[in-house]
Amino acid sequence: MTTFRDRARDALTDGVPIAIDRGARGHYDKRARAAAAFPQMEQMRDRARRIRAEVVAHLDQHLATFADAVEARGGQVFFAFDAAEANEYIVALARAEGVSRAVKVKSMVTEEIELNGALETAGVEVVETDLGEFIVQLAGEKPSHIIAPVLHMDRYDVAELFSEKLGAEYTDDPSDLNDIARIHLRERFLTAEMGISGVNFAVADDGSIALVTNEGNGRLCTTAPRIHVAVMGMERLVRNRDDLAVMLEVLARSATGQGLSSYTNVVSGPRRSAEPDGPDQFHVVIVDNGRSATLGSAVAEILYCIRCGACLNACPVYRHLGGHAYGTVYPGPIGKVITPSLFGLEEWHELPAASSLCGACKEVCPVRIDIPELLVALRRQSTDRMPTSIRWGLAAFTWLSTKPRLYRSLARTAALLGRLWGKGGWMRRIPLVLRGWTETRDLPAPAPQTFNDW
Amino acid sequence: MPVQIFVTCLVNSLFPDVGKATVALLEDAGYEVEFPLDQTCCGQPAFNGGFEAEARAQVRQTLDVLDPTRGPIIVPSGSCAAMIIHHAPELMRGDSKYLASAQRVAARTRELTEFLVAEAGCEIPARDCGECTTTYHASCHALRWLGVREQPKRLLDEAGCSRVELEGEDECCGFGGLFSIKAPEVSAAMMDTKIDRVEASGADVLVGVDVSCLMHIGGGLRRRGSRVAVKHIAEILAGKGI
Repeated sequence: MTTFRDRARDALTDGVPIAIDRGARGHYDKRARAAAAFPQMEQMRDRARRIRAEVVAHLDQHLATFADAVEARGGQVFFAFDAAEANEYIVALARAEGVSRAVKVKSMVTEEIELNGALETAGVEVVETDLGEFIVQLAGEKPSHIIAPVLHMDRYDVAELFSEKLGAEYTDDPSDLNDIARIHLRERFLTAEMGISGVNFAVADDGSIALVTNEGNGRLCTTAPRIHVAVMGMERLVRNRDDLAVMLEVLARSATGQGLSSYTNVVSGPRRSAEPDGPDQFHVVIVDNGRSATLGSAVAEILYCIRCGACLNACPVYRHLGGHAYGTVYPGPIGKVITPSLFGLEEWHELPAASSLCGACKEVCPVRIDIPELLVALRRQSTDRMPTSIRWGLAAFTWLSTKPRLYRSLARTAALLGRLWGKGGWMRRIPLVLRGWTETRDLPAPAPQTFNDW
Repeated sequence: MPVQIFVTCLVNSLFPDVGKATVALLEDAGYEVEFPLDQTCCGQPAFNGGFEAEARAQVRQTLDVLDPTRGPIIVPSGSCAAMIIHHAPELMRGDSKYLASAQRVAARTRELTEFLVAEAGCEIPARDCGECTTTYHASCHALRWLGVREQPKRLLDEAGCSRVELEGEDECCGFGGLFSIKAPEVSAAMMDTKIDRVEASGADVLVGVDVSCLMHIGGGLRRRGSRVAVKHIAEILAGKGI
């Protein structure tokens, strides 16, 4: 795999980030306006945090309650230890039910387990129905943002893609482009045998799931096909509908700056005998895939995350690079913690290091996750991966700074050196550790006299 | 009233004028300034890098030096102040010997501009800022860990400096300590965004409360051959800036 630094370099030279920066900043501003217009926002964030903290602290209990409630409503629950188990269950279900086409609502956990690939290998056609995901799928790419998958593209990119892949007449009018996708998708909604969704929140005490969309595709996917499969990360629970209401207040505002998303569906099981429509079968696949291990780790707080994307929009690193440079389905500040904690710090140790710890993420997180603190916690577990020069340099500096007299005399020696440059001198090229610095910046030379000596 | 200054290692070796200006400012405001000689580094670079043992050693050294002194401890750096106020007590949580000391020192520690506005009643004598126009960059730790947002701007305004707003004032400049060395390309891209905005603001001087950010932004401005200078706010307020 390429390194983060390579991918960052590519992203910075591609020119793509201009669209990303504009998009992220736009979402960030919308969130700021929505938060300012809602006087209870800060209080709601506190409540949301408490709700998530309680659920995560008693996750086993709430999962059991939820599973019982789903079954009591005629649904089926499958606990998947990892991605492979989740995919096997869904593929087996598709085979058993003769499914040849599945329609999907946007879902990060299905990206995480790479469900589409598994179904396609088994001969099932998978159609993403969220407009952004549909575009990404058509382009053969990966989403670059957890709620706005095509943040890296502009309408001209989409126009070209549609005319090339769908044979549509070229138009770059957003509304016409929308119509092209709508017509293409409509027939697929009506012919799919299986609808696959994620879960924004699962309500433990009544076994229902809440889905938040802005396009109404969630409603079609979960009602038109005869089988509905909902895939959820193991931690996506709330206790009851009161708590759900609090979470929805902060989710939509944080994600898109809306008071409430255009469509908020609460799905509670398969169609019952008196109901005119809805699926015959309702399956909930609960995915662990590293979450139990995270629960017992120094970064357990990351499980409070509700995948709103606000931290991505606020992050200056994300704004400059876009999502693809992270090399994982979970980019941005939250992704720098989720990715190593779910998929292994050994492979992903670069991500926690790729932050200036500016704290812009923490400022907007609806559940007040202290992301900088979690990044430092992960850095603590991977100091051995730091370049030797940095490790030795720090060790020497530490040793020296606990010997004040020696520290003073060495600082004095450095000041003598500083006289070579004169007062206010700057250095243009320094080798070794500091080379990365002086490639793009000058570095001040030591002052001719330390403050201490003054 | 006595106050201690913790000048920070960067000021000591690279920007002693900022320390001198801090002393002048506090003395002008009527404080008796003391400088504990044995101070070195607060431990922030090690802490942020994940080097816990090293950070602890430096925190203990800092506590040994500061705890026996009297009065508020003034730090002309948002990030070092945040280190002492927030992270030092966290690091000492399991250390029965040093925890109380860390909490005492944290309670006495203040970032320079926050202290001046809250305690010195902002009574900074008007300085001659010349014909220069300033603009202010908000350092992340001062802003998000210490809530220092308006104080520096208020001080500049009250000192009679001409000041223009900076677009994206509160967006990180990309320094981030080891980050600037481990991810130099991203760090530099963030810096370029900051510098573009500084130049577009029309200011002659970029003012900040943390020399680390200023060193990074200033280094970039110099490399670009820009006419914009960077100054720590203490230098401006003490009239030594321009």
